[in-house]
Amino acid sequence: MFFKDAGHLFRLAAVFLIGLLLFLVLRNTLVPKSFGQYGHFRGSALADLAARPVNFAGHQTCEGCHSDVLEKKKDGRHARVNCEACHGPLAKHADDPASVAPEKLDAAVLCVRCHEANAAKPKTFPQVVSADHSNGLACDTCHQPHSPAITAGGAK
Amino acid sequence: MNLTRRHLLFLLPSAAVAWKYVLAGTPESAPNYSMANHWWGMLIDLPKCIGCGNCVRACQMENDVPEGYFRTWVERYHVSEWDMENPKVDSPDGGKKGFPPPREEGGKNFFVPKLCNHCSDSPCTQVCPVGATFDSPDGVVLVDKTYCLGCRYCVQACPYGCRFINPKTNTAEKCTLCYHRITKGLTTACCESCPTGARQLADLKNPRDPIHEFLKTHSVHVLKPHMATGAKVFYNELDGSVR
Repeated sequence: MFFKDAGHLFRLAAVFLIGLLLFLVLRNTLVPKSFGQYGHFRGSALADLAARPVNFAGHQTCEGCHSDVLEKKKDGRHARVNCEACHGPLAKHADDPASVAPEKLDAAVLCVRCHEANAAKPKTFPQVVSADHSNGLACDTCHQPHSPAITAGGAK
Repeated sequence: MNLTRRHLLFLLPSAAVAWKYVLAGTPESAPNYSMANHWWGMLIDLPKCIGCGNCVRACQMENDVPEGYFRTWVERYHVSEWDMENPKVDSPDGGKKGFPPPREEGGKNFFVPKLCNHCSDSPCTQVCPVGATFDSPDGVVLVDKTYCLGCRYCVQACPYGCRFINPKTNTAEKCTLCYHRITKGLTTACCESCPTGARQLADLKNPRDPIHEFLKTHSVHVLKPHMATGAKVFYNELDGSVR
């Protein structure tokens, strides 16, 4: 008979077959379904990363309610400075304006962050040495932060 | 009721108006973001950077970056008149709290904000052994932290030093280009908080994005072009001494 002494080959083949089956079953259960959807990575990772909550609401959101501030800023030098550049991340306030109030800002910290003189800043950018600029007066005594140029009538 | 053809003709315009209102009522959060329509990058207009550190702080607040680690940071370059090849670079606390006056007189001083360049041929993606870091179809290099082993290959592979191992999770971390924001139609936290507009998010697949005109009309460069990484963070008026 042809298969007379081939029993050991069948056993070997069976071992390989079981190994292959085990591999396929394990692979199927362990590798996430979306792996390879867009490339050699888990496709659903994109959705996981995109699901993170936002902290900075974005100036469009702010402007939806605070159009009066937008009007004030419009012609000033700070027209293109976004709200949250100074006010900080306020998505929580935007979601629930009634119960989450934005913090009061400290002009002494905020203004010098940008306007303290430094040789590395562009020459055209308005800079002051805060120590001798205002005799210790707070910046917002004279400058209105939303439209900082001092007008003829003084700060409004 | 007998609906004749004439009745239907009268009904159609009002149905069209009504349908418009139905559409307008659809919440904006609906997943109408299509990865195929975007190819993200960033423009950094160096002459506008004032080194205020707003971007660094905003990034840390938006993305819970651990203290002492940075997904974006600002470097200050000091190049003396006679030694262009050896600029002195400092970045105290990533520039988060601004910069003290330069230690040396003379020469030229300027700021260079750094972040992941979201390379289209990213070396960090190529070395990842487990497919934890990848180039998304919309051109952002991201990390799947559930897959990351923390082997640090990518940290070494990045020529720009933009990656680190998060000490809490022991996984690689980097700038995601605020993927959770740009997919919702917002700009990144750093761009949102940049007071001078020195940072601008750019969508290279959007024909109406001002980036195209800007690239055509300005002296724009990328960092380490000799590495052929296909970097997509474009620097306007980049000084030759910048590494």
